Amino acid sequence: MSGGTARSNTAPAPAPRARRRGLRTALGRAGQYGALLCYLVFLAFPLLWLVSSAFKSPQELGSVDPAWLPRHWSLDNFRAAFDQQPLARSALNSLLVAGTAATVSVLVAVPAAYATVRYRSPVGRATTGWVLVSQMFPFVLVIIPLFLVLKNLRLVDSLFGLILVYVVWNLPFALWMLQGYVRAVPASLEEAAAIDGCGRLRTLRSVVLPLLTPGVVATLMFSFVTAWNEFFFALVLLKSPEKQTMSVILTHFLGDEGAADLGPLAAAALLATLPSLLFFAVLQRKLVGGIAAGAVKG
Amino acid sequence: MTGTRTATGPDARTPGDRGTPPPRTIRERRSALGLDRDAWFLLLPALLPILVLSVGPLLYGLSLAFTDAQAGRTDPTRWIGVDNFADLRYDTLFWDSFRIGLVWAVCVTAIQFALALGLALLLDQNLRFRWLARTLALVPWAMPEVVIGIMWRLVYHQDAGVLNATLRDLHLITENVNWLADLSLALPAVIAVGVWAGMPQTTVVLLAGLQNVPRDLHEAAALDGAGVWRRFRAVTWPALRPVVFSITALNFIWNFNSFGLVYVLTQGGPGGETRLPTLFAYEEAFRYGQFGYAAAMGLVMIAVVAVLLTVFLRNRLTEVDR
Repeated sequence: MSGGTARSNTAPAPAPRARRRGLRTALGRAGQYGALLCYLVFLAFPLLWLVSSAFKSPQELGSVDPAWLPRHWSLDNFRAAFDQQPLARSALNSLLVAGTAATVSVLVAVPAAYATVRYRSPVGRATTGWVLVSQMFPFVLVIIPLFLVLKNLRLVDSLFGLILVYVVWNLPFALWMLQGYVRAVPASLEEAAAIDGCGRLRTLRSVVLPLLTPGVVATLMFSFVTAWNEFFFALVLLKSPEKQTMSVILTHFLGDEGAADLGPLAAAALLATLPSLLFFAVLQRKLVGGIAAGAVKG
Repeated sequence: MTGTRTATGPDARTPGDRGTPPPRTIRERRSALGLDRDAWFLLLPALLPILVLSVGPLLYGLSLAFTDAQAGRTDPTRWIGVDNFADLRYDTLFWDSFRIGLVWAVCVTAIQFALALGLALLLDQNLRFRWLARTLALVPWAMPEVVIGIMWRLVYHQDAGVLNATLRDLHLITENVNWLADLSLALPAVIAVGVWAGMPQTTVVLLAGLQNVPRDLHEAAALDGAGVWRRFRAVTWPALRPVVFSITALNFIWNFNSFGLVYVLTQGGPGGETRLPTLFAYEEAFRYGQFGYAAAMGLVMIAVVAVLLTVFLRNRLTEVDR
């Protein structure tokens, strides 16, 4: 900081060069806003279309010249969606499964991530290696044996069985993500704590964990959303309609070969994203705040 | 404890020497496999479920590839060695689907990374409306795969879809295109959806990586007259590279193994043009009940992905060792 001010005091930039630089920055800014606008359009237009379809009346949906926004906002599609499928029940199922699975897998992954990063050990290396290897396995190889194992444990068509599967399925990525954050915590901080007489566990709790908060929050977010969004395991493992999670129920709206009833389909799809979005909105602020706090402290 | 230390420790003493024990170094305090009790305590809660519900079933699944396991059969399953693979060699439908899977995974991963890096760099700048882009960029991530598929089916819809309506207004097309049913357009259309769906994750991870780029180094480089590109190459990229490696490797695997998105969009159609190998194996296992043959397909898929990712894995492990 002091070096910067000293420099600008002693060596002021020549005027023409500064002007040219100013112009270039302005152009750069304009380019940046242009690019940002393109991103916004690309990201937003399918979402806008989903929302608009959900609120359109059946007549408008059938129109040959579709409009961006509904001429008459109607809630009929939502009513129809709840009538056609057990949406509320499936939403509760999804919330229970995703919440439990995310919490458990992060609770288990934080200490493990710390141990694998800070201890040089074949076990740690094997775990890290397995994390990547297990991600490479296509689900067919996973689901067939898992189905047979869970069947023997009488955990097929049970939410508990699905939670178990999600915890294990989330663990690798949770571990992987947290390892990155642990590695970013300066080892010198921990050495200082050790010199002050902190044991490993104490160091983890009072030195590493606070710095890790943004990472933990990000991982929790990721795990919840993964479990909430997961489709295939739920499709294979849950048979009875009253136990199915939301993503499975949604496919019931699709019908056969494009025969879908567009309005209720859009309405149900929109509802299925809401809890997850809410969760994200709450956590996002924490995440950004956490990163800022960590940067100041570090 | 003492026994192992004298046997394996670097300063092994003669057995008779029973003088004052030297203070144990950190290295010596560690026990089994380089982990002390604390470390085992930290690691076991994660290790046990992984062993029971991940390693075990996967090994079981691998062994199924060498059997004639079928759904709902009463005869005992027999070992048939490599017969499944011999059959698979001449299964041209499978190899077509395999090629489609590779095109899909490579295209989606590459485009996703390029777009996500651009967005992450923009979001790292102090721009107005940054919050809007940040929020919007997170939205696809929070959406279930099935919903993304449904949403894009509405966008691509031949008659009621907004894409055709917009293109018609811009006079780019005269007749409505059936995006998801056209033999040559279906795969690109599906790839676009894949990019849209996976971009946020990549952006968030890259953005988190950018937060670790030392600010003062950036300022120092700017004061020394380094341009934007130079600063990116010399300051940002080195700090970001490990993150880039991880996320690209993971993206590739995820994309190659993805299922739900294409299942909802096209179910592999038209004419198998978007039938990813995962969809192919799914049909084999759960429509025709050929568990053993499907497992063999899975094994082939792993083999190819493993070869492609050896570089990334090696990179990652050396990093862990450092």
